[in-house]
Amino acid sequence: MDMISLAHTAVVPVILANLALLASSRLVTCIRLVALQGAVISVTPLIFETGPLSVHTAVLCAVALSLKGLVFPWLLHRTLRRVVVRHEIEPYLGYPLSILLGILGLLASLWLAARLGVPEASSRSFAAAFATILTGLLLIVTRKKAFTQVMGYLAAENGIFLLTAVLAPGGPLFIELTILLDVFVAVFVMGIAIHHINRQFDSIDTDRFCSLKD
Amino acid sequence: MLLAILVILPFLLGGAAFLCRSGPSGRGLLVTGAGAHLILSVAAVFGRPDALFGGILLLDALGGLFLLLTSILFAAAAVYAVGYLSREHTDERRDFQEGAFFSNAPQNVFIACLFFFLGSMTLVTATHHLGLLWVGIEATTLASAPLIYFHRHHRSLEAAWKYLVICSVGIALALVGNILLAAAGGSGAPDTESSLYLGDLLARAKAMNPVWFKAAFVFLMVGYGTKMGLAPMHTWLPDAHSESPSLVSALLSGALLNCAFLGILRAHQIGAAAGLADFCSPIFIGLGLLSMATAAAFIIGQGDFKRILAYSSVEHMGILSLAMGLGGTAAFGAMLQAAAHSVTKAMLFLLAGNILTAFHTKSSHDARGVIRALPVTGILWVAGFLAITGSPPFGIFLSELTILKAALDAGHFVLAAAYLGLLGLIFCGMAVPVLRMAQGPPTPHIAPGPRGEDPLSVGPPLLLGGLSLLLGLFVPSFFNDLLTRAAALASGM
Repeated sequence: MDMISLAHTAVVPVILANLALLASSRLVTCIRLVALQGAVISVTPLIFETGPLSVHTAVLCAVALSLKGLVFPWLLHRTLRRVVVRHEIEPYLGYPLSILLGILGLLASLWLAARLGVPEASSRSFAAAFATILTGLLLIVTRKKAFTQVMGYLAAENGIFLLTAVLAPGGPLFIELTILLDVFVAVFVMGIAIHHINRQFDSIDTDRFCSLKD
Repeated sequence: MLLAILVILPFLLGGAAFLCRSGPSGRGLLVTGAGAHLILSVAAVFGRPDALFGGILLLDALGGLFLLLTSILFAAAAVYAVGYLSREHTDERRDFQEGAFFSNAPQNVFIACLFFFLGSMTLVTATHHLGLLWVGIEATTLASAPLIYFHRHHRSLEAAWKYLVICSVGIALALVGNILLAAAGGSGAPDTESSLYLGDLLARAKAMNPVWFKAAFVFLMVGYGTKMGLAPMHTWLPDAHSESPSLVSALLSGALLNCAFLGILRAHQIGAAAGLADFCSPIFIGLGLLSMATAAAFIIGQGDFKRILAYSSVEHMGILSLAMGLGGTAAFGAMLQAAAHSVTKAMLFLLAGNILTAFHTKSSHDARGVIRALPVTGILWVAGFLAITGSPPFGIFLSELTILKAALDAGHFVLAAAYLGLLGLIFCGMAVPVLRMAQGPPTPHIAPGPRGEDPLSVGPPLLLGGLSLLLGLFVPSFFNDLLTRAAALASGM
């Protein structure tokens, strides 16, 4: 397969994972979907590499794959076991409507790709990346559980990784790795925070947060 | 070498502080580390060290100004922290607002996070790679979230979670902005070589794809604007500032918001070099006015005095944004405003901490007679109020006047009227609670203790207040030079 059709194929599971994320209420399923999406996205820099495989790309892909595919799901499973919550019940926005908005987000991303004049070879990957970011944001604002908000953050982060691979590959490796380190620490800190929220409120529903307002 | 030491030192000290279990030696480490950082910062700002690692670490006047402010504030907060932490109990105690029991985070974790926070902010000011600048700003969020949750009760946890999620999402949008900027610098064709070095981007600005730059700028403005506390993305700010310990609020407001502003200024530098300043300025002015109006609406009738200070920060960030939108001489006003706001607001938050410790309330209705109960704190509180609302002879008066003059010179009369009107409203809104707190007989059981007020808790705000006054009366020539060079960089002249 040539590079363009390979890129187009890789985009399919990413978009399917977005829609499945918006549709699923089981938190374990969400973890798996985000991990799967992250794993697919982690290897996309290989597809967009034009010359022979460089050490830069190989290291970046390996680190991203092990973080997004192994470390994050492990950390999240551990958090989930501690707080003993299985499902997202009664989100602010229902599942059918969430999926509809997800599809609208995908259409908006395709429009944006055309508007910005992204070349044909990468326009679908660009749209998929943007749709993934929008999916993440949608999850953060429409779900009640603090845990699902972290899933949204990770989905958005997946989208950003793909966007980097499409638009701005080849930045200094050290900086790409520190960005991944930041995300890792963010997941770690959020995991600890969820643990504390569960202890303080006996729940990880963010609608319990109502004592601070004007 | 100096810059590398400056960035790495706080992280090493943070690691050491984490391992340091004993209370007094941990506090000693904090003050020593803060002092060392201040000395190195002054040396770096005025010694102009060479760039390191091919321009990844490079301190220009703009970064230097914010580095200096961060370091001064951190030193003041560190001295204040010695008194604060030695008074804090380690065991469980009753929350004076709701009566529930809570305990504090361990002191070693608190001090370690303070150092990590300092290190991340230093990185933000000392780098010319926009990717690394992003890393630094995200790291400030992660290092300061545990600081907000120092008092382990549900309100501070709520504030810390909101801060963590809202700012992380905001910063994620700024990363999208950075990627679009890199693509724009490669003149829009994604296959060409892209770079996030500020120098490269400035050099290629003329050939930049304007559509991509505009998209990038909007993302950066929303992303870093969230962290800077510009309305309508400011929602985390009043909660985080009111629930964290006062010395942390001082650092958040005086140092962290400036760092986020620096991220926006870097984008503005590139826009100005690309000849797209006309696209940026309406966004700056719109968000600036909206922030000032939001702050005015929430300050009037606000009872919680720490929230008043927090909304005042939203107001001042709005003024900074407005001034950058006006450009020209207003850019100098913005730099002076950033400096004066930092020292004045940090002083006010530290004083708010003193009042909170003595009166056990955050309500401006219950904390009465501060001048009689705590004379030094009370008088500084009133002086700080006058300084922050732009009364002469303090630094903010000078900077706000400069910005007003720039608006009038450019013929923006409606804008100038709105600006003055909002400043007037905020003055009145703050005068009522502050003067109510200062005057009258104190609540009976309040007394500063047998030896009067603790020098460790009134010394740092006194010093910061002195700096605020100095900025209004006499700006030393070396500092004036730094401000001028920073303004020239920020406005792309």
